Amino acid sequence: MTLAPNTSSRVSNGVTARVEEGQAGRSVLKVIATPFRAVPRSLSITLGFMVWIAVIGGWFALTYSGAVKEMFLPRPESVLTTTIRMAADGSLWEHVFASVQVVLIGFVISSIVAVPLGLTMGTYRIVQAVLEPLVNFIRYLPVTSFVPLFILWIGIGIEQRVAVIVFGVFFQQLVMIADSARGVQRDLVNAAYTLGTKRGDTVFHIVFPATLPNVLDVLRVTMGWAWTYLVVAELVAARSGLGYISLKAMRGFQVDVIFMAIAMIGILGLCTDQLFRGIRRLVAPWAN
Amino acid sequence: MDVLTLTTKPKSSDIAIDNVVLRYGKGDNAVLALDGISFHVVPNEFCVIVGPSGCGKSSLLYLVAGLEERTGGMISVGGKPVTEPGPDRGMVFQAYTLFPWLTVAQNVEYGPKRKGMTAAERKAIVEHFLHEVGLAKFANHYPSQLSGGMKQRVAIARALANDPQVLLMDEPFGALDSQTRHSMQKLLLRIWDHSKKTVLFVTHDIDEAILLADRVLVMSGRPGQIKKEIRVGLPRPRSMDLVMEPNFIAMKREILELLKNDEDDEH
Repeated sequence: MTLAPNTSSRVSNGVTARVEEGQAGRSVLKVIATPFRAVPRSLSITLGFMVWIAVIGGWFALTYSGAVKEMFLPRPESVLTTTIRMAADGSLWEHVFASVQVVLIGFVISSIVAVPLGLTMGTYRIVQAVLEPLVNFIRYLPVTSFVPLFILWIGIGIEQRVAVIVFGVFFQQLVMIADSARGVQRDLVNAAYTLGTKRGDTVFHIVFPATLPNVLDVLRVTMGWAWTYLVVAELVAARSGLGYISLKAMRGFQVDVIFMAIAMIGILGLCTDQLFRGIRRLVAPWAN
Repeated sequence: MDVLTLTTKPKSSDIAIDNVVLRYGKGDNAVLALDGISFHVVPNEFCVIVGPSGCGKSSLLYLVAGLEERTGGMISVGGKPVTEPGPDRGMVFQAYTLFPWLTVAQNVEYGPKRKGMTAAERKAIVEHFLHEVGLAKFANHYPSQLSGGMKQRVAIARALANDPQVLLMDEPFGALDSQTRHSMQKLLLRIWDHSKKTVLFVTHDIDEAILLADRVLVMSGRPGQIKKEIRVGLPRPRSMDLVMEPNFIAMKREILELLKNDEDDEH
Protein backbone atom coordinates (compact mmCIF):
# COMPACT_ATOMS: atom_id res chain seq x y z
CA MET A 1 0.00 0.00 0.00
CA THR A 2 1.62 3.22 -1.07
CA LEU A 3 0.18 6.50 0.02
CA ALA A 4 1.30 10.06 -0.29
CA PRO A 5 2.88 11.20 2.98
CA ASN A 6 0.62 14.19 3.05
CA THR A 7 -2.78 13.46 1.61
CA SER A 8 -4.19 16.85 2.52
CA SER A 9 -1.60 18.69 0.48
CA ARG A 10 -2.29 16.35 -2.39
CA VAL A 11 -5.95 17.24 -2.25
CA SER A 12 -5.29 20.95 -2.28
CA ASN A 13 -2.94 20.56 -5.22
CA GLY A 14 -5.71 18.74 -7.00
CA VAL A 15 -8.03 21.66 -6.44
CA THR A 16 -5.63 24.24 -7.87
CA ALA A 17 -4.92 21.96 -10.80
CA ARG A 18 -8.62 21.75 -11.57
CA VAL A 19 -9.01 25.52 -11.38
CA GLU A 20 -6.25 26.10 -13.89
CA GLU A 21 -7.74 23.47 -16.11
CA GLY A 22 -11.08 25.27 -15.81
CA GLN A 23 -9.54 28.55 -16.87
CA ALA A 24 -8.05 26.97 -19.95
CA GLY A 25 -10.98 24.80 -20.96
CA ARG A 26 -14.14 26.43 -19.69
CA SER A 27 -15.26 30.00 -19.35
CA VAL A 28 -14.26 31.88 -16.19
CA LEU A 29 -17.94 32.68 -15.74
CA LYS A 30 -18.75 29.01 -15.32
CA VAL A 31 -15.93 28.56 -12.82
CA ILE A 32 -17.02 31.43 -10.57
CA ALA A 33 -20.68 30.39 -10.72
CA THR A 34 -19.89 26.87 -9.42
CA PRO A 35 -20.70 26.49 -5.72
CA PHE A 36 -17.66 25.95 -3.44
CA ARG A 37 -15.32 26.06 -6.42
CA ALA A 38 -11.99 27.75 -5.69
CA VAL A 39 -11.32 30.91 -7.71
CA PRO A 40 -7.83 32.03 -8.78
CA ARG A 41 -6.03 33.85 -5.99
CA SER A 42 -5.19 36.83 -8.17
CA LEU A 43 -8.90 37.30 -8.90
CA SER A 44 -9.94 37.20 -5.24
CA ILE A 45 -7.22 39.68 -4.22
CA THR A 46 -8.15 42.04 -7.07
CA LEU A 47 -11.83 41.92 -6.13
CA GLY A 48 -11.05 42.57 -2.47
CA PHE A 49 -9.07 45.65 -3.41
CA MET A 50 -11.70 46.89 -5.82
CA VAL A 51 -14.39 46.90 -3.12
CA TRP A 52 -12.17 49.08 -0.92
CA ILE A 53 -11.47 51.42 -3.83
CA ALA A 54 -15.19 51.61 -4.58
CA VAL A 55 -16.05 52.47 -0.97
CA ILE A 56 -13.36 55.15 -0.68
CA GLY A 57 -14.15 56.42 -4.17
CA GLY A 58 -17.81 56.71 -3.19
CA TRP A 59 -16.75 58.62 -0.10
CA PHE A 60 -14.76 61.08 -2.26
CA ALA A 61 -17.67 61.42 -4.66
CA LEU A 62 -20.20 62.14 -1.90
CA THR A 63 -18.03 64.78 -0.21
CA TYR A 64 -16.56 66.52 -3.26
CA SER A 65 -19.84 66.71 -5.14
CA GLY A 66 -21.37 68.48 -2.17
CA ALA A 67 -24.13 65.89 -1.90
CA VAL A 68 -23.45 65.56 1.82
CA LYS A 69 -22.43 68.47 4.01
CA GLU A 70 -18.95 68.25 5.47
CA MET A 71 -20.42 68.69 8.92
CA PHE A 72 -21.92 65.19 8.60
CA LEU A 73 -19.40 63.46 6.38
CA PRO A 74 -15.81 64.72 6.42
CA ARG A 75 -13.58 64.57 3.37
CA PRO A 76 -11.23 61.56 3.39
CA GLU A 77 -8.12 63.68 3.47
CA SER A 78 -9.30 65.70 6.48
CA VAL A 79 -9.72 62.44 8.45
CA LEU A 80 -6.19 61.57 7.40
CA THR A 81 -4.72 64.95 8.42
CA THR A 82 -6.58 64.83 11.75
CA THR A 83 -5.14 61.37 12.37
CA ILE A 84 -1.62 62.56 11.54
CA ARG A 85 -2.02 65.66 13.71
CA MET A 86 -3.28 63.71 16.74
CA ALA A 87 -0.67 61.01 16.23
CA ALA A 88 2.05 63.67 16.12
CA ASP A 89 0.97 65.44 19.31
CA GLY A 90 0.58 62.08 21.06
CA SER A 91 -3.07 62.48 22.04
CA LEU A 92 -4.12 59.68 19.67
CA TRP A 93 -1.80 57.14 21.29
CA GLU A 94 -2.89 58.19 24.73
CA HIS A 95 -6.51 57.34 23.90
CA VAL A 96 -5.64 54.20 21.94
CA PHE A 97 -3.58 53.00 24.89
CA ALA A 98 -6.40 53.76 27.33
CA SER A 99 -8.87 51.76 25.24
CA VAL A 100 -6.55 48.82 24.56
CA GLN A 101 -5.73 48.63 28.25
CA VAL A 102 -9.38 48.38 29.28
CA VAL A 103 -10.22 45.86 26.57
CA LEU A 104 -7.27 43.67 27.45
CA ILE A 105 -7.89 43.71 31.21
CA GLY A 106 -11.58 42.93 30.75
CA PHE A 107 -10.98 40.29 28.12
CA VAL A 108 -8.21 38.53 30.06
CA ILE A 109 -10.17 38.47 33.33
CA SER A 110 -13.17 37.05 31.53
CA SER A 111 -11.23 34.46 29.52
CA ILE A 112 -9.15 33.21 32.45
CA VAL A 113 -12.33 32.20 34.25
CA ALA A 114 -14.50 31.32 31.25
CA VAL A 115 -12.13 28.84 29.57
CA PRO A 116 -11.60 26.41 32.48
CA LEU A 117 -15.13 26.85 33.79
CA GLY A 118 -16.63 26.39 30.31
CA LEU A 119 -14.62 23.23 29.71
CA THR A 120 -15.69 21.87 33.10
CA MET A 121 -19.29 22.83 32.42
CA GLY A 122 -19.25 21.05 29.07
CA THR A 123 -17.58 17.95 30.52
CA TYR A 124 -19.47 17.44 33.78
CA ARG A 125 -23.26 17.30 33.58
CA ILE A 126 -23.53 18.24 37.24
CA VAL A 127 -21.69 21.54 36.70
CA GLN A 128 -23.88 22.16 33.67
CA ALA A 129 -27.01 21.48 35.74
CA VAL A 130 -25.90 24.00 38.36
CA LEU A 131 -24.76 26.81 36.04
CA GLU A 132 -26.78 26.57 32.86
CA PRO A 133 -30.18 27.90 34.02
CA LEU A 134 -28.58 31.01 35.54
CA VAL A 135 -26.10 31.58 32.72
CA ASN A 136 -28.75 31.30 30.04
CA PHE A 137 -30.87 33.86 31.87
CA ILE A 138 -28.06 36.36 32.28
CA ARG A 139 -26.83 35.80 28.74
CA TYR A 140 -29.96 37.37 27.30
CA LEU A 141 -29.86 40.48 29.45
CA PRO A 142 -28.62 43.46 27.43
CA VAL A 143 -25.29 44.58 28.84
CA THR A 144 -26.15 48.22 28.21
CA SER A 145 -28.96 48.06 30.74
CA PHE A 146 -26.40 47.29 33.42
CA VAL A 147 -24.24 50.33 32.73
CA PRO A 148 -26.20 52.64 35.08
CA LEU A 149 -26.09 49.97 37.77
CA PHE A 150 -22.35 49.53 37.41
CA ILE A 151 -21.81 53.30 37.59
CA LEU A 152 -23.86 53.36 40.78
CA TRP A 153 -21.95 50.43 42.26
CA ILE A 154 -18.39 51.02 41.13
CA GLY A 155 -18.28 54.61 39.91
CA ILE A 156 -16.91 55.86 36.61
CA GLY A 157 -13.31 54.68 36.89
CA ILE A 158 -11.60 52.06 34.77
CA GLU A 159 -13.19 49.34 36.93
CA GLN A 160 -16.61 50.22 35.59
CA ARG A 161 -15.52 49.87 31.96
CA VAL A 162 -13.76 46.59 32.74
CA ALA A 163 -16.90 45.35 34.46
CA VAL A 164 -19.04 46.15 31.41
CA ILE A 165 -16.67 44.20 29.15
CA VAL A 166 -16.46 41.23 31.50
CA PHE A 167 -20.23 41.16 31.89
CA GLY A 168 -20.73 41.39 28.15
CA VAL A 169 -18.19 38.76 27.15
CA PHE A 170 -17.98 36.24 29.99
CA PHE A 171 -21.35 34.50 29.72
CA GLN A 172 -21.13 34.23 25.95
CA GLN A 173 -17.65 32.72 26.19
CA LEU A 174 -18.82 30.30 28.86
CA VAL A 175 -21.70 28.94 26.80
CA MET A 176 -19.73 28.64 23.56
CA ILE A 177 -16.75 26.93 25.24
CA ALA A 178 -19.05 24.55 27.12
CA ASP A 179 -20.71 23.70 23.79
CA SER A 180 -17.43 22.81 22.14
CA ALA A 181 -16.41 20.71 25.16
CA ARG A 182 -19.72 18.86 24.93
CA GLY A 183 -18.98 18.16 21.27
CA VAL A 184 -15.79 16.21 21.99
CA GLN A 185 -16.06 12.80 20.33
CA ARG A 186 -17.03 10.31 23.05
CA ASP A 187 -14.81 7.52 21.69
CA LEU A 188 -11.82 9.86 21.95
CA VAL A 189 -12.41 9.98 25.71
CA ASN A 190 -13.06 6.23 25.76
CA ALA A 191 -9.78 5.59 23.95
CA ALA A 192 -8.00 7.76 26.50
CA TYR A 193 -9.51 5.70 29.35
CA THR A 194 -8.32 2.44 27.81
CA LEU A 195 -4.84 3.95 27.62
CA GLY A 196 -4.75 4.73 31.31
CA THR A 197 -6.12 8.27 31.55
CA LYS A 198 -7.69 8.89 34.94
CA ARG A 199 -11.19 10.33 35.08
CA GLY A 200 -9.97 13.46 36.85
CA ASP A 201 -7.40 14.12 34.13
CA THR A 202 -9.90 13.99 31.27
CA VAL A 203 -10.53 17.74 31.10
CA PHE A 204 -6.86 18.62 31.02
CA HIS A 205 -5.51 15.74 28.92
CA ILE A 206 -8.34 15.28 26.42
CA VAL A 207 -11.08 17.92 26.47
CA PHE A 208 -8.74 20.89 26.58
CA PRO A 209 -6.46 19.91 23.67
CA ALA A 210 -9.39 18.52 21.66
CA THR A 211 -11.25 21.83 21.90
CA LEU A 212 -8.23 24.14 21.76
CA PRO A 213 -8.76 25.28 18.13
CA ASN A 214 -12.42 25.95 18.92
CA VAL A 215 -11.60 27.76 22.14
CA LEU A 216 -9.19 30.05 20.30
CA ASP A 217 -11.88 30.79 17.72
CA VAL A 218 -14.31 31.64 20.52
CA LEU A 219 -11.72 33.99 22.03
CA ARG A 220 -11.11 35.62 18.67
CA VAL A 221 -14.81 36.25 18.07
CA THR A 222 -15.53 37.48 21.60
CA MET A 223 -12.55 39.84 21.41
CA GLY A 224 -14.53 41.70 18.75
CA TRP A 225 -17.48 41.93 21.11
CA ALA A 226 -15.21 43.25 23.85
CA TRP A 227 -14.41 46.23 21.62
CA THR A 228 -18.12 46.91 21.16
CA TYR A 229 -18.78 46.89 24.90
CA LEU A 230 -15.74 49.06 25.50
CA VAL A 231 -17.14 51.80 23.27
CA VAL A 232 -20.50 51.51 25.01
CA ALA A 233 -18.81 51.97 28.37
CA GLU A 234 -16.61 54.82 27.17
CA LEU A 235 -19.53 56.69 25.61
CA VAL A 236 -21.29 56.77 28.94
CA ALA A 237 -18.58 57.40 31.46
CA ALA A 238 -14.90 57.87 30.70
CA ARG A 239 -12.18 60.52 30.62
CA SER A 240 -10.09 58.86 27.96
CA GLY A 241 -10.29 56.28 25.17
CA LEU A 242 -11.54 56.17 21.61
CA GLY A 243 -15.22 56.10 22.61
CA TYR A 244 -14.67 59.11 24.83
CA ILE A 245 -13.04 61.23 22.10
CA SER A 246 -15.87 60.30 19.74
CA LEU A 247 -18.40 61.62 22.20
CA LYS A 248 -16.36 64.78 22.78
CA ALA A 249 -15.97 65.24 19.02
CA MET A 250 -19.73 64.97 18.53
CA ARG A 251 -20.27 67.85 20.95
CA GLY A 252 -17.73 69.95 18.99
CA PHE A 253 -19.06 68.83 15.56
CA GLN A 254 -15.67 67.30 14.74
CA VAL A 255 -16.91 64.51 12.49
CA ASP A 256 -13.39 63.79 11.25
CA VAL A 257 -12.35 62.79 14.79
CA ILE A 258 -15.32 60.43 15.06
CA PHE A 259 -14.33 58.85 11.77
CA MET A 260 -10.77 58.53 12.92
CA ALA A 261 -11.84 56.84 16.18
CA ILE A 262 -14.04 54.39 14.27
CA ALA A 263 -11.26 53.59 11.80
CA MET A 264 -8.81 53.15 14.68
CA ILE A 265 -11.10 50.60 16.38
CA GLY A 266 -11.43 48.81 13.05
CA ILE A 267 -7.68 48.66 12.60
CA LEU A 268 -7.09 47.50 16.17
CA GLY A 269 -9.79 44.85 15.72
CA LEU A 270 -8.11 43.67 12.53
CA CYS A 271 -4.78 43.46 14.37
CA THR A 272 -6.14 41.44 17.30
CA ASP A 273 -7.96 39.17 14.85
CA GLN A 274 -4.72 38.45 12.99
CA LEU A 275 -2.94 38.01 16.31
CA PHE A 276 -5.41 35.31 17.36
CA ARG A 277 -5.12 33.59 13.99
CA GLY A 278 -1.34 33.61 14.43
CA ILE A 279 -1.62 32.17 17.95
CA ARG A 280 -3.95 29.46 16.65
CA ARG A 281 -1.50 28.50 13.90
CA LEU A 282 1.27 28.40 16.48
CA VAL A 283 -0.35 26.44 19.31
CA ALA A 284 -2.76 24.28 17.26
CA PRO A 285 -0.76 23.43 14.14
CA TRP A 286 -2.73 20.21 13.59
CA ALA A 287 -5.98 22.09 12.99
CA ASN A 288 -4.91 24.07 9.94
CA MET B 1 14.06 -0.64 28.53
CA ASP B 2 15.15 -3.48 26.32
CA VAL B 3 12.67 -3.80 23.50
CA LEU B 4 13.33 -7.52 23.23
CA THR B 5 12.10 -8.30 26.72
CA LEU B 6 9.14 -6.15 25.90
CA THR B 7 8.13 -8.20 22.89
CA THR B 8 9.10 -11.68 23.93
CA LYS B 9 7.33 -11.60 27.26
CA PRO B 10 4.09 -9.76 26.64
CA LYS B 11 1.39 -9.91 29.24
CA SER B 12 -1.62 -11.92 28.22
CA SER B 13 -4.64 -12.82 30.30
CA ASP B 14 -7.91 -14.67 29.99
CA ILE B 15 -11.33 -13.05 29.71
CA ALA B 16 -14.16 -14.65 31.68
CA ILE B 17 -17.71 -13.60 30.81
CA ASP B 18 -20.39 -15.14 32.95
CA ASN B 19 -24.13 -14.70 32.45
CA VAL B 20 -23.82 -11.06 31.41
CA VAL B 21 -27.03 -9.07 31.00
CA LEU B 22 -27.31 -5.57 29.55
CA ARG B 23 -30.55 -3.63 29.64
CA TYR B 24 -31.03 -0.08 28.39
CA GLY B 25 -33.73 2.20 29.76
CA LYS B 26 -36.38 1.55 32.38
CA GLY B 27 -39.93 0.27 32.62
CA ASP B 28 -41.86 -0.24 29.40
CA ASN B 29 -39.14 1.34 27.30
CA ALA B 30 -36.45 -1.03 28.53
CA VAL B 31 -34.50 -2.83 25.81
CA LEU B 32 -32.76 -6.09 26.57
CA ALA B 33 -29.53 -5.78 24.57
CA LEU B 34 -27.63 -8.77 25.95
CA ASP B 35 -29.28 -11.77 27.61
CA GLY B 36 -27.13 -14.16 29.59
CA ILE B 37 -23.88 -14.13 27.65
CA SER B 38 -21.26 -16.58 28.91
CA PHE B 39 -17.93 -17.58 27.39
CA HIS B 40 -14.28 -17.79 28.25
CA VAL B 41 -11.34 -16.58 26.19
CA VAL B 42 -8.08 -18.31 27.14
CA PRO B 43 -4.73 -16.45 27.20
CA ASN B 44 -3.22 -15.87 23.74
CA GLU B 45 -6.46 -16.83 22.02
CA PHE B 46 -7.82 -14.89 19.04
CA CYS B 47 -11.55 -14.91 19.58
CA VAL B 48 -13.93 -13.26 17.10
CA ILE B 49 -17.57 -12.37 17.72
CA VAL B 50 -19.65 -12.16 14.58
CA GLY B 51 -23.27 -11.09 14.43
CA PRO B 52 -25.83 -8.91 12.70
CA SER B 53 -25.69 -5.17 13.28
CA GLY B 54 -27.48 -4.17 16.45
CA CYS B 55 -27.03 -7.58 18.10
CA GLY B 56 -25.09 -5.99 20.94
CA LYS B 57 -21.64 -7.33 20.01
CA SER B 58 -20.04 -3.89 20.29
CA SER B 59 -21.80 -3.28 23.60
CA LEU B 60 -20.32 -6.52 24.88
CA LEU B 61 -16.85 -5.26 24.00
CA TYR B 62 -17.53 -1.93 25.72
CA LEU B 63 -18.61 -3.89 28.81
CA VAL B 64 -15.30 -5.81 28.84
CA ALA B 65 -13.45 -2.52 28.42
CA GLY B 66 -15.40 -1.12 31.35
CA LEU B 67 -16.71 1.75 29.24
CA GLU B 68 -20.32 0.69 29.83
CA GLU B 69 -21.93 -0.76 32.93
CA ARG B 70 -23.51 -4.17 32.79
CA THR B 71 -26.95 -4.77 34.26
CA GLY B 72 -26.02 -8.20 35.56
CA GLY B 73 -23.49 -11.01 35.48
CA MET B 74 -19.75 -11.03 35.87
CA ILE B 75 -16.80 -10.07 33.68
CA SER B 76 -13.23 -10.58 34.74
CA VAL B 77 -9.93 -10.16 32.96
CA GLY B 78 -6.93 -12.01 34.34
CA GLY B 79 -9.07 -12.99 37.34
CA LYS B 80 -9.76 -9.35 38.18
CA PRO B 81 -13.42 -8.24 38.02
CA VAL B 82 -14.06 -5.41 35.53
CA THR B 83 -15.44 -2.35 37.29
CA GLU B 84 -14.06 0.52 35.22
CA PRO B 85 -11.85 1.13 32.17
CA GLY B 86 -8.16 0.55 32.60
CA PRO B 87 -4.91 0.24 30.67
CA ASP B 88 -4.87 -3.56 31.13
CA ARG B 89 -7.56 -3.73 28.42
CA GLY B 90 -6.38 -2.00 25.23
CA MET B 91 -8.99 -1.15 22.65
CA VAL B 92 -9.11 -0.27 18.95
CA PHE B 93 -12.34 1.45 17.95
CA GLN B 94 -14.27 1.50 14.70
CA ALA B 95 -14.26 5.30 14.66
CA TYR B 96 -10.89 6.98 14.24
CA THR B 97 -9.82 7.83 17.77
CA LEU B 98 -6.25 9.01 17.35
CA PHE B 99 -5.70 12.23 19.29
CA PRO B 100 -5.64 14.82 16.50
CA TRP B 101 -3.44 17.22 18.51
CA LEU B 102 -0.66 14.67 18.88
CA THR B 103 1.71 13.40 16.22
CA VAL B 104 1.78 9.71 15.33
CA ALA B 105 4.73 9.11 17.69
CA GLN B 106 3.09 11.10 20.50
CA ASN B 107 -0.12 9.10 20.06
CA VAL B 108 1.78 5.82 20.40
CA GLU B 109 3.64 6.98 23.52
CA TYR B 110 0.50 8.35 25.17
CA GLY B 111 -0.15 5.21 27.26
CA PRO B 112 3.49 4.66 28.32
CA LYS B 113 3.64 8.34 29.28
CA ARG B 114 0.60 7.96 31.56
CA LYS B 115 2.42 5.05 33.18
CA GLY B 116 5.34 7.36 33.97
CA MET B 117 7.93 5.75 31.69
CA THR B 118 11.03 7.78 30.89
CA ALA B 119 11.54 9.47 27.53
CA ALA B 120 14.19 6.91 26.54
CA GLU B 121 11.89 3.97 27.33
CA ARG B 122 9.06 5.57 25.42
CA LYS B 123 11.27 6.27 22.41
CA ALA B 124 12.25 2.60 22.17
CA ILE B 125 8.61 1.53 22.42
CA VAL B 126 7.46 4.03 19.79
CA GLU B 127 10.19 2.95 17.38
CA HIS B 128 9.40 -0.71 17.85
CA PHE B 129 5.65 -0.48 17.34
CA LEU B 130 5.73 2.05 14.50
CA HIS B 131 8.13 -0.31 12.78
CA GLU B 132 5.71 -3.18 13.44
CA VAL B 133 2.88 -1.38 11.65
CA GLY B 134 5.20 -0.07 8.92
CA LEU B 135 4.78 3.62 9.74
CA ALA B 136 8.21 4.54 11.08
CA LYS B 137 8.50 7.26 8.44
CA PHE B 138 5.30 8.91 9.61
CA ALA B 139 6.30 9.40 13.25
CA ASN B 140 6.05 13.19 13.03
CA HIS B 141 2.86 13.39 10.98
CA TYR B 142 -0.45 14.47 12.45
CA PRO B 143 -3.39 12.01 12.15
CA SER B 144 -5.17 14.39 9.75
CA GLN B 145 -2.35 13.75 7.27
CA LEU B 146 -2.95 9.97 7.26
CA SER B 147 -5.33 7.76 5.31
CA GLY B 148 -7.98 5.69 7.12
CA GLY B 149 -5.91 2.51 7.00
CA MET B 150 -2.83 4.27 8.33
CA LYS B 151 -4.87 5.77 11.17
CA GLN B 152 -6.04 2.33 12.24
CA ARG B 153 -2.48 0.99 12.05
CA VAL B 154 -1.38 3.75 14.42
CA ALA B 155 -4.37 2.95 16.65
CA ILE B 156 -3.23 -0.70 16.84
CA ALA B 157 0.34 0.41 17.59
CA ARG B 158 -0.94 2.79 20.27
CA ALA B 159 -2.99 0.06 21.95
CA LEU B 160 -0.12 -2.46 21.88
CA ALA B 161 2.50 0.08 23.01
CA ASN B 162 0.67 0.21 26.32
CA ASP B 163 1.29 -3.55 26.74
CA PRO B 164 -2.30 -4.44 27.70
CA GLN B 165 -3.22 -7.93 28.91
CA VAL B 166 -5.99 -8.22 26.34
CA LEU B 167 -6.70 -6.38 23.09
CA LEU B 168 -10.32 -5.48 22.31
CA MET B 169 -11.10 -4.63 18.70
CA ASP B 170 -14.47 -3.17 17.71
CA GLU B 171 -14.86 -3.57 13.92
CA PRO B 172 -11.53 -1.78 13.49
CA PHE B 173 -11.49 -2.25 9.71
CA GLY B 174 -15.20 -1.60 9.18
CA ALA B 175 -14.72 1.81 7.58
CA LEU B 176 -11.93 0.75 5.21
CA ASP B 177 -12.14 -0.26 1.55
CA SER B 178 -11.78 -3.98 0.87
CA GLN B 179 -8.19 -3.85 -0.37
CA THR B 180 -6.97 -1.87 2.63
CA ARG B 181 -9.03 -4.18 4.80
CA HIS B 182 -7.21 -7.25 3.50
CA SER B 183 -3.78 -5.76 4.04
CA MET B 184 -4.84 -4.72 7.56
CA GLN B 185 -5.98 -8.27 8.32
CA LYS B 186 -2.64 -9.60 7.14
CA LEU B 187 -0.81 -7.02 9.24
CA LEU B 188 -2.90 -7.81 12.32
CA LEU B 189 -2.22 -11.54 11.99
CA ARG B 190 1.51 -10.89 11.73
CA ILE B 191 1.52 -8.57 14.75
CA TRP B 192 -0.61 -10.96 16.77
CA ASP B 193 1.83 -13.73 15.90
CA HIS B 194 4.61 -11.59 17.41
CA SER B 195 2.75 -10.34 20.47
CA LYS B 196 0.42 -13.28 21.20
CA LYS B 197 -2.01 -11.06 23.02
CA THR B 198 -5.44 -12.33 23.94
CA VAL B 199 -7.69 -10.72 21.33
CA LEU B 200 -11.44 -10.25 21.43
CA PHE B 201 -12.46 -9.01 18.00
CA VAL B 202 -15.92 -7.92 16.87
CA THR B 203 -17.00 -7.87 13.23
CA HIS B 204 -19.97 -8.43 10.95
CA ASP B 205 -17.70 -9.66 8.14
CA ILE B 206 -17.79 -13.49 8.11
CA ASP B 207 -14.65 -13.87 5.95
CA GLU B 208 -12.75 -11.64 8.32
CA ALA B 209 -13.99 -13.63 11.33
CA ILE B 210 -12.87 -17.03 9.97
CA LEU B 211 -9.60 -15.71 8.60
CA LEU B 212 -8.50 -14.20 11.91
CA ALA B 213 -10.00 -16.40 14.59
CA ASP B 214 -9.03 -19.40 16.60
CA ARG B 215 -12.67 -19.48 17.56
CA VAL B 216 -15.73 -17.70 16.18
CA LEU B 217 -18.70 -16.90 18.40
CA VAL B 218 -21.88 -16.36 16.39
CA MET B 219 -24.33 -13.99 18.01
CA SER B 220 -28.04 -13.55 17.42
CA GLY B 221 -29.76 -10.23 17.76
CA ARG B 222 -32.30 -8.69 20.15
CA PRO B 223 -31.66 -9.84 22.76
CA GLY B 224 -28.05 -10.68 21.96
CA GLN B 225 -27.15 -14.26 22.74
CA ILE B 226 -24.30 -16.55 21.73
CA LYS B 227 -25.86 -18.89 19.19
CA LYS B 228 -22.94 -21.09 18.34
CA GLU B 229 -19.25 -21.49 18.90
CA ILE B 230 -17.07 -22.58 15.96
CA ARG B 231 -13.46 -23.67 16.33
CA VAL B 232 -11.72 -22.61 13.14
CA GLY B 233 -8.65 -24.85 13.39
CA LEU B 234 -7.12 -23.68 10.11
CA PRO B 235 -3.31 -23.80 10.15
CA ARG B 236 -1.32 -20.64 10.81
CA PRO B 237 0.20 -18.52 9.41
CA ARG B 238 -2.87 -17.91 7.28
CA SER B 239 -3.18 -16.11 3.97
CA MET B 240 -6.02 -14.68 1.91
CA ASP B 241 -5.97 -17.80 -0.30
CA LEU B 242 -7.76 -19.66 2.52
CA VAL B 243 -11.09 -18.17 1.48
CA MET B 244 -11.10 -20.64 -1.44
CA GLU B 245 -10.49 -23.72 0.74
CA PRO B 246 -13.42 -26.15 1.14
CA ASN B 247 -13.41 -26.10 4.97
CA PHE B 248 -13.32 -22.30 4.93
CA ILE B 249 -16.34 -22.26 2.65
CA ALA B 250 -18.09 -24.87 4.78
CA MET B 251 -17.61 -22.74 7.91
CA LYS B 252 -18.75 -19.65 6.07
CA ARG B 253 -21.88 -21.44 4.93
CA GLU B 254 -22.61 -22.60 8.46
CA ILE B 255 -22.29 -19.08 9.88
CA LEU B 256 -24.36 -17.63 7.05
CA GLU B 257 -27.11 -20.15 7.80
CA LEU B 258 -27.04 -19.27 11.50
CA LEU B 259 -27.32 -15.54 10.75
CA LYS B 260 -30.01 -16.16 8.13
CA ASN B 261 -32.14 -18.16 10.58
CA ASP B 262 -31.83 -15.27 12.91
CA GLU B 263 -33.20 -12.90 10.30
CA ASP B 264 -36.08 -15.32 9.61
CA ASP B 265 -36.90 -15.41 13.31
CA GLU B 266 -37.28 -11.67 13.34
CA HIS B 267 -39.80 -11.64 10.48
